[in-house]
Amino acid sequence: MAQRHPIGKKIGRQRRLNPRAHGLSQRAMSSDARFGLRRHASLPGPLALDSGAALSPVEFGYESYGTLNADRSNAVLICHALTGDQYVASDHPLTGKPGWWSRMVGPGKPIDPERHFIVCSNVLGSCMGSSGPATIDPATGEPFAMHFPVITIRDMVRAQGMLLDHLGIERLHAVVGGSMGGMQALSWAVAFPNRVDAVVVIASTARHSAQNIAFHEVGRQAIMADPKWREGDYYAANDPPAAGLAVARMAAHITYLSEAGLTEKFGRKLQEREAKTFGFDADFQVESYLRYQGLSFTDRFDANAYLYITRAMDYFDLGEEHGGLLANAFRATDARFCVVSFDTDWLYPTSESRAIVQALNAAAKRVSFVELSSPFGHDAFLLESPELNAVVAGFLGNGR
Amino acid sequence: MSGLRPDLAIIARNVDANARVLDIGCGDGALMAALRDERGVDARGLEIDPANVSAAVARGLSVVQGDADIELAGYPDQAFDYAILSRTLQTTRRPDRVLDHLVRIGRQAFVSFPNFAHWRVRASLLFGGRMPVNRLLPERWYDTPNIHHVTIDDFRAMVAERGITIDCEWFLSGDKRARPAGANIFAEHAVFLLHR
Repeated sequence: MAQRHPIGKKIGRQRRLNPRAHGLSQRAMSSDARFGLRRHASLPGPLALDSGAALSPVEFGYESYGTLNADRSNAVLICHALTGDQYVASDHPLTGKPGWWSRMVGPGKPIDPERHFIVCSNVLGSCMGSSGPATIDPATGEPFAMHFPVITIRDMVRAQGMLLDHLGIERLHAVVGGSMGGMQALSWAVAFPNRVDAVVVIASTARHSAQNIAFHEVGRQAIMADPKWREGDYYAANDPPAAGLAVARMAAHITYLSEAGLTEKFGRKLQEREAKTFGFDADFQVESYLRYQGLSFTDRFDANAYLYITRAMDYFDLGEEHGGLLANAFRATDARFCVVSFDTDWLYPTSESRAIVQALNAAAKRVSFVELSSPFGHDAFLLESPELNAVVAGFLGNGR
Repeated sequence: MSGLRPDLAIIARNVDANARVLDIGCGDGALMAALRDERGVDARGLEIDPANVSAAVARGLSVVQGDADIELAGYPDQAFDYAILSRTLQTTRRPDRVLDHLVRIGRQAFVSFPNFAHWRVRASLLFGGRMPVNRLLPERWYDTPNIHHVTIDDFRAMVAERGITIDCEWFLSGDKRARPAGANIFAEHAVFLLHR
């Protein structure tokens, strides 16, 4: 009897798979503690970081879906965004919400556990089971807090490489990511040019612009201005800088939406009242919405992790490490690339994607690019988009 | 090369096997797919319409969405054995500059276009006094993407002015090959192979 894979089980769909088609039988994989939902690995390391520091051990919170095939050629790594996590297609343990990309990952979806062996790992520096500022520093027995080393996107990717070694995956069929996930996907092709066959980069960029850095700095200052931040040492008191983190999230959230989208959704509509109150309550619906977004975020995210990950994104400039010429970064890889942007995304606008495409063209790499139309701004990559699904499915399905 | 549009079939038959090709205005990638599958060609495409790009990507092709008038400048010199521009020249804002990019990016370039001096077009203007609407030019004057109508003789003149050499030429009347003699009157469609 074929084991039902986790997503199929949830949705109540199953299919018998030919056991000979799989290198690790489904039974073997289901009894192997490395594979499945809500996995954790503590690897000895050390992981050498761009800052010169090293991390040992390295913790990983991750999930896998589907089964690795006989020639280990169907592995797909999903890279998550700034505040994302490994729960790409399973319910979030804290919020109970469905996986953040269950529109893209799942049975019958472009990334399908019935065909692909899918891995999604919480990034280095985050707070959902992977090493980050909230992790206990073995040297002191206390959380690292601000003693956690500053990390980069490349460090995140190297950590993922370490995890894949542990999982026995030498080569990736594809690495796929949106926003910061797209930065990781690009970095994968650069850091491990012979380990990845196809790269999907959605609503992303090859470097953080001044405007990107500026918005992140607003968020960081909001956190650090909260008295409860206490130079990052708030874990023992269990009283985190929620107000500062909420403001950081509110500012960032605006950058994920489009002006037209905000206008359409809220306009100047008032929140459960007939008239303005001549006070500073949330009179407008958009205020109420942002406050809710900010507050609910603090239930699931660590303020220090937000500082570290935004820093990693701000440091990101893939061309910089290659003499300032992005094309040079891609010379060594033979991977195929698929770059997608959204026309209303002003956080990582189409021009940033085009710069990636031009660099890939200049390096004579196989690249596809499409700008999709959506009213939803940067967030479009997470929302229902049949066009995005068609492009990703086509790109992954018919690779040559 | 069955099933291809006649001008594309001519191009497909004359591309060397295993060549590197850039198809500008590649549509849904029909030519690229045929070249890849039947000639082992390494084909890349540029296409302005997102739905066409999606269709081409779904065929496993490498296609970049973009406007030939803008994007060609980003491609390196002599990066391809052939640059192909089929039924697209007359839709560009600056056909002269696009042509220059074509012979810069490709060691050779295929260009195909509908001939605006075909006798039916001439007759439509001469006797009807109306802009022609026919099989190759199906849109009306106000909604046509063909903003720069061109004749075979116009094209030859432009190519000569720019110091570009014509290596080969093919003419079509209906779906059949037409003779070079009198092509500017009797050919509905022309295909040129060029280099600089």
